[in-house]
Amino acid sequence: MLEAIDLSLVNWSRAQFALTAMYHWIFVPLTLGLSFIIAFMETIYVKTGNPEWKKITKFWMTLFGINFAIGVATGIILEFEFGTNWSNYSWFVGDIFGAPLAIEGILAFFMESTFIAIMFFGWKKVSKKVHLAATWLTAIGANLSALWILVANAWMQMPVGMKFNPETARNEMESFWDVLFSPMAVDKFLHTTSSGFVLAAIFVIGISAWFILKKREIVFARKSILVAAVFGFLSSIYVVFTGDSSARSVAQNQPMKFAAFEGLYNGSEGAGLIAMGIMSTTDSHHSNENLMDFNVKLEIPNILSYMAYMDWNAFVPGINDLIEGNEKYGILSAKEKMERGKAAILKLKEFKEAKAAGNAELASSIKAEFQSKDFQENYFKYFGYGYITDPNVLIPSVPLSFYSFHIMVALGMYFILFFFLSFLFTIKGKLEKHRKFLKLAIWTIPMAYIASQCGWIVAEVGRQPWVIQDLMPTMAAVTKISTSAVQVTFFLFAAIFTILLIAEVKIMMRQIKIGPKIKEEGGHN
Amino acid sequence: MFESLSYLALQQYWWVIVSLLGALFVFLTFVQGGQTLIYTVGKNETERSLLVNTLGRKWEFTFTTLVTFGGAFFASFPLFYATSFGGAYWVWMAILIFFVIQAVSYEYRKKPANFLGTRTYEIFLVLNGAFGTILVGTAVGTFFNGAMFSLNEMNNVQWETPFRGLEAVLTFHNVALGLAVFFLSRVLGALYFINSVEDAQVYERSKKQVLVNAVPFLVFFLYFLIALLLKDGFAVDPVTGAVSMESYKYLHNLLAMPVVTILLVVGVVGVLWGIFSTLFRAAQGGIWCAGGGTVLVVWMLFLLSGFNNTAFYPSIADLQSSLTIQNASSSHFTLTAMSYVSLFVPFVLAYIVWFWRAMNNKKIDVEEITEDSHSY
Repeated sequence: MLEAIDLSLVNWSRAQFALTAMYHWIFVPLTLGLSFIIAFMETIYVKTGNPEWKKITKFWMTLFGINFAIGVATGIILEFEFGTNWSNYSWFVGDIFGAPLAIEGILAFFMESTFIAIMFFGWKKVSKKVHLAATWLTAIGANLSALWILVANAWMQMPVGMKFNPETARNEMESFWDVLFSPMAVDKFLHTTSSGFVLAAIFVIGISAWFILKKREIVFARKSILVAAVFGFLSSIYVVFTGDSSARSVAQNQPMKFAAFEGLYNGSEGAGLIAMGIMSTTDSHHSNENLMDFNVKLEIPNILSYMAYMDWNAFVPGINDLIEGNEKYGILSAKEKMERGKAAILKLKEFKEAKAAGNAELASSIKAEFQSKDFQENYFKYFGYGYITDPNVLIPSVPLSFYSFHIMVALGMYFILFFFLSFLFTIKGKLEKHRKFLKLAIWTIPMAYIASQCGWIVAEVGRQPWVIQDLMPTMAAVTKISTSAVQVTFFLFAAIFTILLIAEVKIMMRQIKIGPKIKEEGGHN
Repeated sequence: MFESLSYLALQQYWWVIVSLLGALFVFLTFVQGGQTLIYTVGKNETERSLLVNTLGRKWEFTFTTLVTFGGAFFASFPLFYATSFGGAYWVWMAILIFFVIQAVSYEYRKKPANFLGTRTYEIFLVLNGAFGTILVGTAVGTFFNGAMFSLNEMNNVQWETPFRGLEAVLTFHNVALGLAVFFLSRVLGALYFINSVEDAQVYERSKKQVLVNAVPFLVFFLYFLIALLLKDGFAVDPVTGAVSMESYKYLHNLLAMPVVTILLVVGVVGVLWGIFSTLFRAAQGGIWCAGGGTVLVVWMLFLLSGFNNTAFYPSIADLQSSLTIQNASSSHFTLTAMSYVSLFVPFVLAYIVWFWRAMNNKKIDVEEITEDSHSY
């Protein structure tokens, strides 16, 4: 069961998944948010009958379509990659993980693909109201698909509602509702989708700002900014609340990830939050006695404890506590967890051997022991640690997690201000006068993408080495295939996606330059 | 209500659903087949645009059905997902890449500054149409001819050839199914053009393509079917779960399941009638008869591969590693939960049909695509 694992295979498989997921994640947030912005705009059109709003709706719809196509192209790989590159994972947890993926297809993708066709091609084929309903259902479908994939992702970070079955050597679902409504799933869904709304609102404001700077389509741009600023402002505040709630969820379920993105090496009571900091370039590894975490830091006392446990003086474990253990706070050392994990794997092996030898009585007694509450809570809980040979691999990249998290948070705060000013200048009719702000609005678009990618890094890099928190590390999940095969597909995807990205950006830029063109009957090209 | 069903009943129920999704996918490959005909049926830029726009309003259904087929397979038979996708790596990667290039091609084909040029995106569509169908068909062929894998005690897959699934092309029976699917998709594509496009030239050329592709389709399909009924199959002992070879296994399955046999025959007749009525009776709705027939035929073929104590994904490297609907399925709990989700399927189908009709009630013509604010 513990066969030699080729680490280069694991790393290339991770790289491929990261590559494809990050590419996909470039396009998804815009789809999630822009679909709603378009729905708002079309609603105003249907309510007012003002053709200007139809023109606005159709322009953003064109950009939506360009983005959506590449989102679909990059998305199909991800679903199948669980099987192609993480086949051991697919069996180990497929009983739970497959369900959200299937529901996503049945309930969300069909909704999206049916109504998107009406949205684009149905202007003259269905009534105004049916068309509007189709636009809303496209937005709902897109966000529903995000729900199911995020439920699946949240479950990987906080496995709940399941039990391991030694007979089949896999985890099996016990409560569908526990999986769907786990706090991690709820937080993840709300935080991720609302961050998509923020990105889309910034996208709309930035492009509209460009039109104003070019003195083109002023009315169109102002109206677009107004809708986006209101939507963006509300969403950006919501992102803060859901982010706060997500952080608490992480602190309680993934303390190592929390410690990594807070740059917390040594835990303490009343732990302070590093609002800003430059990490030391010397080895900040936990085993380094001359520990120098930060060269410069701005720390706000007690905030981290409150953020994590709603208690100003609560103990927040640091990386060292989680690796070395901390008896005072009942934290097991990594070595102890590894021992217990190995014991769980060994027990499973004994069971399998007894079964293979036809010794039903022995198999049955091992199974009973395996499934006992004591064994589950004290040994199986650490099953994944049994695959770990060096405790240091349990520490994710701290600088990457720390900087990504802090960049994301800082940009998130800036976005609130940005939306507020966008709204203020628009309602006061002074947008055209603030040319520097308009230029800043254009530059805020890449910042939104950076914040979005940073969020993904925090969530996914921070949880390493776990595919399933504490139960399965990447090295046990990977498909046994030659590293060179994964290298080939990695570069193939890198090349294809990069070419498609270039095409998408060029097409998008050209469509923006063309701008909204109204036809006599109210359509546009 | 599903809780009271036996584990086996739920496994069978899900095999029926997954098989139906696979069958619907094959029907919807009329999009792929149509894509391979854009240069044959469309002789100039306008005609090609007409064809691409006709297919472009449906391509996402095919794509979504493929993804849902994958998702449903994962949820209900995760061991297949883990074994086949992880094992036959190159086959699935190739299929995926041919679908990736399709997904952008409709939207980007005619857009200004599209970087690769219109022709490249059209070639992407042709490649997706050709290789997407042939590869999927060939991969499904391994359901009857077996694949080169073994499973360890943790059910982790080990592939026994370095070709990771590509060796399936060495078995002609697999390839015959791949080619049958390919030519069938072209027949369906041409039938869809006849049904949906208002253009005399397109009609005449599509009709010709129905005939041109129906002949090789029938050759490959009949070869596949006859060889299937004559070949040895992978039988499962219902008590021990042991897998063994049985002569004429698939013929036995047909005889043991008369409903499957009848529906298979009805399906074949449906496909033939769709083709015949189009060619000789100038029918315009042949796609519905042939499409319905396709769904029945493929659905029944899937049932033939997994029902009546048959291993649906057999291993020819290690017979006892073969996957059956019993040993590859999700737990009773998950199948039950997913069965409740399956109750939504009729609603989903209903709104798809309703909106499909709303969008297709008038044939598409050149005027529509030049006028439309959003055309491909």
